[in-house]
Amino acid sequence: MAIKIGTEQFKERVDNGIHDDFMRGAVASAQDGMSMKRRAATTEDLGNWEEWRNHGEEIRQHVLEHLDYYLEQLSENVAKRGGHVFFAQTKEEANDYIRSVVQKKSAKNIVKSKSMMTEEISLNAMLEEEDCEVIETDLGEYILQLDEHDPPSHIVAPALHKNREQVREVFEKKLGYTKSSNPEELAYQARVTLREKFLAADIGITGCNFAVAETGSFCLVTNEGNADLVTALPKTQITVMGMERLVPTFEEMEVLVSMLTRNAVGQKLTSYITVLTGPREELDVDGPEEFHLVIVDNGRSKILGGEFQSVLQCIRCAACINVCPVYRHIGGHSYGSIYPGPIGAVLTPLLGGYDEYKELPYASTLCGACTEVCPVKIPLHNLLHKHREVIVEKEGKAPVSEKLLMKAYGLGAASPALYKIGSKIAPAAMNPFTSGDKISKGPGPLKAWTEAREFPAPNKERFRDWFKNREKGDKKL
Amino acid sequence: MIGTIHNREKFLNQIASSLNRPRISEPLERPNWKYQPQYEVFKGASQDELLEILKEHCKKIHTRIHTIDLTELPAVMNEVVTEYGGGPVVTWKDERFSKWGLDSLMKEKWPSKNIDVFEWDYNLGEENVHKAENANVGITISEITLAESGTVVLFSDKDRGRTVSFLPATSIMLIPKSSLVPRMTQAAVKIREMYQETGHVASCINFITGPSNSADIELNLVVGVHGPIKATYIVINDL
Repeated sequence: MAIKIGTEQFKERVDNGIHDDFMRGAVASAQDGMSMKRRAATTEDLGNWEEWRNHGEEIRQHVLEHLDYYLEQLSENVAKRGGHVFFAQTKEEANDYIRSVVQKKSAKNIVKSKSMMTEEISLNAMLEEEDCEVIETDLGEYILQLDEHDPPSHIVAPALHKNREQVREVFEKKLGYTKSSNPEELAYQARVTLREKFLAADIGITGCNFAVAETGSFCLVTNEGNADLVTALPKTQITVMGMERLVPTFEEMEVLVSMLTRNAVGQKLTSYITVLTGPREELDVDGPEEFHLVIVDNGRSKILGGEFQSVLQCIRCAACINVCPVYRHIGGHSYGSIYPGPIGAVLTPLLGGYDEYKELPYASTLCGACTEVCPVKIPLHNLLHKHREVIVEKEGKAPVSEKLLMKAYGLGAASPALYKIGSKIAPAAMNPFTSGDKISKGPGPLKAWTEAREFPAPNKERFRDWFKNREKGDKKL
Repeated sequence: MIGTIHNREKFLNQIASSLNRPRISEPLERPNWKYQPQYEVFKGASQDELLEILKEHCKKIHTRIHTIDLTELPAVMNEVVTEYGGGPVVTWKDERFSKWGLDSLMKEKWPSKNIDVFEWDYNLGEENVHKAENANVGITISEITLAESGTVVLFSDKDRGRTVSFLPATSIMLIPKSSLVPRMTQAAVKIREMYQETGHVASCINFITGPSNSADIELNLVVGVHGPIKATYIVINDL
């Protein structure tokens, strides 16, 4: 699976995540910082934020309902401007087409700007098999690439799990870097090294934030300006887009770009929003001479028309990831997918299958924080719940502990008498694992949890008993 | 030149079949959206009010802003270029520079002070890009300026190379005050109108907001990554 990262099982990944103190601290403060910025840029800055969300939702739903129409219009308009469009139903088809362009150009040096779609189709692996040097030019992705292809842990800030000292070590080892771990010095080193790569590149490859059907354009959203260099310097440009990432006109593009930047990083707009149409024009000096747009399905048409269709509304802002309490504790790598967090837990099983990803819909407390912040109103926690229904009812693949728990809870909660007994014996049953009022070495399903933290012990006095005593006039709190 | 389209029919038929309906063959009208919150932002603001919003936002995007009358332009340009450490300077080929009285600065004063000035010339091909790559300062002009986000909008063409705005180490963007609009909404409407009138849209439209930056290392903001390290806006009172 191309969206898969790592080889460990879900439980081991979570275990690694929970015990990585730097990562957990970094994720927690990143979540707090990003959520604060998002709130400032959305609900606080725009008094009518709910209207924006409604508009975002209606645009995305309209596009999905008329997707064939808009893709046809887009491809006509790209071709009118001299661009080549390839529709790829599978990742193999996409890679085969891109390989043929690379071979035709005898390309050896390739620069890329950040693209989840190219991660999804494992494009870099294919290009490396073709003996190409492939350079990721987004600073975060470049760091990960230098560090032996360490996988990304967040869709907006991919190197979130690394600290500056680790980055310095990677630069020292791979680039002969001798300066400090000051982020400015590190970034300057990347600027100098990558400038050479941009100037020498034969092909530039990008993803696509939103394509515009009416004009055959597409836009790229960055802060570093790397996408501009990727698309201005090499003679050939290849853009790879997920088939749902488009809008009717510039006017809808504008709305979604505004929502993306405010939600992803709390900026009104990022430093660079670049809208490109076709290859360079006749007398232009910079920009690509040849432009290829690869539109990829890779499982999306199976989601379309079904009960999970709304997940295709996603604009990849990561707002849901930044508020998720589960992501906060286990980090991005635990999901085993390039798409982590709530959006990943919904999307990954659909693209990668339940066999591999049946645990992900359970990596959620169903608290609904994700649904509440989603700028295009994807009912994320409802979709997670729907996944669980499918897993239990149709696939019969619920994790064993979940099955037992549900069974026990079903039994225990079904009859008031049994529930009464259960809650009465809980303090005693937990006694061997309790010190003071905390459980620190829990049995069964509590074990993994209490290895890393303590769990409050059941109250010695049950609520029912406390209430009864209180009624009797024995008022102690 | 017309490009090619591969594998389209099968692909789009699959989509229509997933949506449980035949392919859409009739032209589709742009929907009347139920919600339109974007037009409410700074609705009815005057150019002066928009300028204040722009100036305020420049503080957040690490961008110096000067607001001047046209007569002051050569002196202010000279000051900013000197502060940025002098040349080489690279500019678009644009008659507005001359119209705004910059000829003697760009064509006489700077060269006499050993500040190399290169004007984009498509006849020279690749050399333009080398000049931009080695330049200390790039000078461009904003066609539409977004007050809300502090964003300049640049349209590329044969005389206005894309690389002038992002290869040089620093960037100066000239902003006619008349180009100010509330936000990206008005720019999108205007670009769409231009497209409907001419059937054409520039091959590269850049919405640029201050210097390049990154927060990829421990979420620490670093200003100046791949694009310019410093940026200055000069708003010219042309109203």
